[in-house]
Amino acid sequence: MIELLIQPWPWYISGPLIAIIMILLLYFGGSFGVSSNLRSICSIAGAGKKTPFFNYNWKDEIWNLIFILGAVIGGFISSIFFKNPNPININIKTINDLKALGISFDGNIIPHEIFNWEFLFSLQGFLILILGGFFVGFGSRWAGGCTSGHAINGLSNLQIPSLIAVIGFFIGGLIVTYFIYPLIF
Amino acid sequence: MKYFKFLITGVFFGIVMTKSEAISWYRIQEMFRFDSFHMYGIIGSALITGILFIQIIKFFNLKDISGKKIEVKEKSFSISRYLFGGILFGFGWALSGACPGPMFTLIGNGYSVILIVIISAVFGTYVYGATKKWLPH
Repeated sequence: MIELLIQPWPWYISGPLIAIIMILLLYFGGSFGVSSNLRSICSIAGAGKKTPFFNYNWKDEIWNLIFILGAVIGGFISSIFFKNPNPININIKTINDLKALGISFDGNIIPHEIFNWEFLFSLQGFLILILGGFFVGFGSRWAGGCTSGHAINGLSNLQIPSLIAVIGFFIGGLIVTYFIYPLIF
Repeated sequence: MKYFKFLITGVFFGIVMTKSEAISWYRIQEMFRFDSFHMYGIIGSALITGILFIQIIKFFNLKDISGKKIEVKEKSFSISRYLFGGILFGFGWALSGACPGPMFTLIGNGYSVILIVIISAVFGTYVYGATKKWLPH
């Protein structure tokens, strides 16, 4: 049993489990959409006083904040008890492409040379960690949702707006991957 | 107690995000380079299962825990809002290698610097709210 938990889970297990999470949230009276929490955090911090967009009853969204608190705990539990001892199995083509950019593959789930506090204070660190985060927040709210809200929840309900948003996600992602990464690395 | 079920569902979500490696910056790079089916498989199989579940819910008019009819909120139609917002989100997704769910999960995995990514995302959300009236919707 523990063996099954320690190895990485294949896509055909993970995907349906994500759908089950979406259905559980609907059944509990919520809905799957993580980026809404970023708006709640702004509202809790008092942004509603100046900006009407944040002037709403965030208390109705506490369940969602509890949900992402759970996600933090889930990440912690996995990293302590179900940690995969082997290097992550990334296609050698991606590894070589990244190497050509000067980003080495260290086998961790995310590259430690990028995701550390020292790197944050470099230009590349600023672009990846700060600008990257900024775009995720700005873009998800403009588009009215992120991967969970649009690509999973919205598309499961066959909503055209979600399809447009997901196409946008990929246009943006491909531009950065093929044109911006070679410029910044 | 009202919130406990959401906490448990969230814990389950964090475990699935970690074990599926959807939180991996490398996996997102691999996806945008079309070098692996993995991420497409996760999103695609979640979608097929999700569509099936939602159709069942609609067909049988299923109710939620408090007895209300389950309805997925429809989004109002627009092209510019979803396309431009989506493209900006895609910039961020490819740069940071994480969308909001994985960001929180990565914190639990011990990557404290992701806090800065989350704070930046909160700031991005704030700037959207403050500039919203000038943006096409």
